[in-house]
Amino acid sequence: MNKTIEELHELLKNKTITSQELIKESLKKSHEVNEKYNAFVTILDDAKETPITDNLLSGIPFGIKDNYSTKDILSTGSSNTLKNYVPFFNATAVEKLLNAGAVPVNKTVLDEFGMGGTGTTGHTGVVKNPWDPKRMTAGSSAGSACAVAAGVYPYALGSDTGDSIRKPAAYCGIVGYKPTYGMISRYGLFPFASSLDHCGVLTRSVKDAAIVVDNMKGLDEKDMTTWDSSPINLFQSITGDIKGKKLCYIKELCDINYYPDPSNELKEHLKNFREKLENFKSLGIEIESVSVDQNLLNALPSVYVAISCVEATSNMSNLTGIIFGPRGKGKNVTEMMMDHRTTGFSPLIKRRFIIGSYILQKENQERYFKNACRVRRLLVNTWKKLFEKYDAVILPVGSGPAKYLDEEKETLSKDTQVLEEHLQIGNFGGFPSITIPDGFINNLPVALNITGNCYDDANILNIAYALESSMDYKNQIAKEVE
Amino acid sequence: MSQYKAVIGLEMHCELKSNSKVFSSARNSYNEIPNDNISAVDMGFPGILPVVNKKCVHDALMMSIALNCKQPEFMYFDRKNYYYPDLPKGYQITQMESPVGINGSLEIECNGIRKKIAIHDIHLEEDTASLDHYYDTSCIDYNRAGVPLLELVTEPCLSSADEAVAFLETMRSIYKYCRISEADTKKGQIRCDVNVSIMEENDKELGTRVEVKNVNSFSNVYAAINYEIKRQSELKSQGRYNEVEQETRRYDEESGKTIRMRSKADAIDYKYSVEPNIPKFKIDPAWLKEITSSIPLLALERKDKYIKELNLSDYDAGVIVKEREYADYFETCIDLGIDAKTASNWLTTQILGEINHQEINLADFYITPVLLKQIIDALNVGTISSKQAKEIFYKAVEEKKEPKSFINSDSAQISNREELEAIIKKILEENPQQIEQYKNGKDNLFDYFVGQVMKNTKGKANPIITKEILRNNLDK
Repeated sequence: MNKTIEELHELLKNKTITSQELIKESLKKSHEVNEKYNAFVTILDDAKETPITDNLLSGIPFGIKDNYSTKDILSTGSSNTLKNYVPFFNATAVEKLLNAGAVPVNKTVLDEFGMGGTGTTGHTGVVKNPWDPKRMTAGSSAGSACAVAAGVYPYALGSDTGDSIRKPAAYCGIVGYKPTYGMISRYGLFPFASSLDHCGVLTRSVKDAAIVVDNMKGLDEKDMTTWDSSPINLFQSITGDIKGKKLCYIKELCDINYYPDPSNELKEHLKNFREKLENFKSLGIEIESVSVDQNLLNALPSVYVAISCVEATSNMSNLTGIIFGPRGKGKNVTEMMMDHRTTGFSPLIKRRFIIGSYILQKENQERYFKNACRVRRLLVNTWKKLFEKYDAVILPVGSGPAKYLDEEKETLSKDTQVLEEHLQIGNFGGFPSITIPDGFINNLPVALNITGNCYDDANILNIAYALESSMDYKNQIAKEVE
Repeated sequence: MSQYKAVIGLEMHCELKSNSKVFSSARNSYNEIPNDNISAVDMGFPGILPVVNKKCVHDALMMSIALNCKQPEFMYFDRKNYYYPDLPKGYQITQMESPVGINGSLEIECNGIRKKIAIHDIHLEEDTASLDHYYDTSCIDYNRAGVPLLELVTEPCLSSADEAVAFLETMRSIYKYCRISEADTKKGQIRCDVNVSIMEENDKELGTRVEVKNVNSFSNVYAAINYEIKRQSELKSQGRYNEVEQETRRYDEESGKTIRMRSKADAIDYKYSVEPNIPKFKIDPAWLKEITSSIPLLALERKDKYIKELNLSDYDAGVIVKEREYADYFETCIDLGIDAKTASNWLTTQILGEINHQEINLADFYITPVLLKQIIDALNVGTISSKQAKEIFYKAVEEKKEPKSFINSDSAQISNREELEAIIKKILEENPQQIEQYKNGKDNLFDYFVGQVMKNTKGKANPIITKEILRNNLDK
């Protein structure tokens, strides 16, 4: 299970192993990983082998984040409000993978409905980092990141509204890719903030990410925001030749001098990043420093909160426990809905609903919501401007390796907030964005991110592949520290 | 009925005809079986997404154009967020910021007077589920959830219950002429909210507005408006106008009264937000052009035309334009060369009488304009009498046989001069006494001879030719 999809396919094709053996191994690993790191809501012990075809994914096990609707399989969104919900339809992306012959073996834990970046708010409890169980995986695709890093299977589905694929991938030392908005249908993905939500994948290599997304993407008549990507074949577009490509990084985020009181981890993280950039230049590419208005950058976290909370409040109004989900107690419908929502949601989510609801009030809309939308537009335009000159923006992910689970989020430094959250720009603009590991600090993985212009996924993956190939972190499986 | 001037505004919701619902693939059809026309989308299951039905947008634009509204350059939808058991997603997809039409106007005719009614906006949205309340339970039927709904909002510019009903009738007629809704109140396809205030004749500012919600028939609209005018006027004339509150009421059919629901102060903030799953799209001007050209001539325009160009009476023209089927039938008759007055008479008496009797649509009626023409042509050339024409009409309807098959057989009129002359000659020979009396001045005996001819021919003799031959023989 520590192999790439291509390698597994080759072994299946020449009958060195069977699909059934792979599934058995993956299920065994699932139980071990669940025991140690609490990564799964459901383990599908009755998973059945599929015939091996020319499709690279046929017969190979994978994991599904539990906010994807899976027919006849419990799908909870890691929330008590759906703790007994068994859907009667598959998400389009899942359906496509099943058609490719891929075999789901478990449903992975997330932060409740994808809201949260810690992997600690799912209704089944905290997900632990396989490199160090005292640390968080980050979220919200916590279980998926943990399982892929631990070698349960070569890939797991994730979803990404702020950085929910790309941040946990970084903390777990693997690859996290969210393609251009609308490349993969969101039909059947439990929505958090629809204009920011993306489907995507967590893998241990860029090529594997390309293979999986090739099988997930496509125009879907059930999702009006999808577009026709049939001329694009991500896997076949990977050549490794990136001579002449131009990348840029943002000085205000990458220069240590912008941080008044930097931690040692941050210093090392940025130093490692700059060193890697230097090395990449030998691949025949240009990497330049650019400057972006710091006021604009600093507005990013609040813009994200405003837009995501507003959309979440509305999107999750269907969770009443009336048509599906556990019925609340009460004398009438209103009381039953209130009980369902009061006891069902975690405090974090309720807080976000209140923010969203407040912002949407008639008297606040202009001041908070409309302004947030305007700043979103400004940020996206700034990045689009960069894409006129550069193939991609390359930036470090977060301020260092995975945080300790007992570290309170509120105690995090304000100075590094934008560095922690800049991946959200990829969601604001619907940009293709991929995180790959770029080193270790204290034996814990750290990562960089490459984000490009909409519809330029093939180019971005090719760049990511070339950079990945120039480093030593491809296909790594988590080894517990100490 | 009141010393005050009433100011009325209407909100009219009308369900559109379509194969599938406005944002889902579930069937849109009247269905007696609850929760049969439903899909995951209508039920708001996690992960569902709306997909806009293009036909509904087409029809909404058609209505926008027919009502002389301005269409937006870009089309998008908003969410109206509120919790109610009939709203499974917790929001209704509607249009707030960019409705399919704004600033329109519609001419209506009320008691013979024409008036232009200003339209604030018209927007496309989804219907909610329907609730049936019983003693201690309520049942939800999601068949209606997601049914396409057009909501039209007038400016407060109507001044009486009569005008309000005339407006609604005109709107219903336009929906039916454009064939985008059955517009049947009995099936709950039209529902109205009524806003009523009163003011002194010369007041500049509007009075306190009271909203009566969910009035489901035109007669209830009429009654609710008049009840509100009376209630508010009584309070005003007693010096208690401050008791008229800006509030929402409902109309109680049993008592004929409006009953307070909630004050405006308790109004719900619907927290509108853009629907992010439906991308904003540009409305192609060529599409608008195509839709415009497909709008038929509407009732009032046709009525004017029939009166001015075809010299019909106001009454007859009014009857004919009542349904587009009638007007289309009439116009086909005219195109076939049937005289307008004749076509109008046949349509408004025999034909409408017969389809009402048979309880069928005019489209399903056996006598098409082409078949009607066979009868009228025979009548015009005198082959048959008007009495026979009617008999042939009913015979053709009954036996579903072309009228001409009855015209040429023995039931047809005898117009052959030689044949008639022979018959008349024989009758005259048998009545020498009567001829004598007639010639001596007993003029009314002429009718006796006509009667004898008719008796002899079982009424089939052409009366004009008969009379002519008789005169020739008797008056020489």
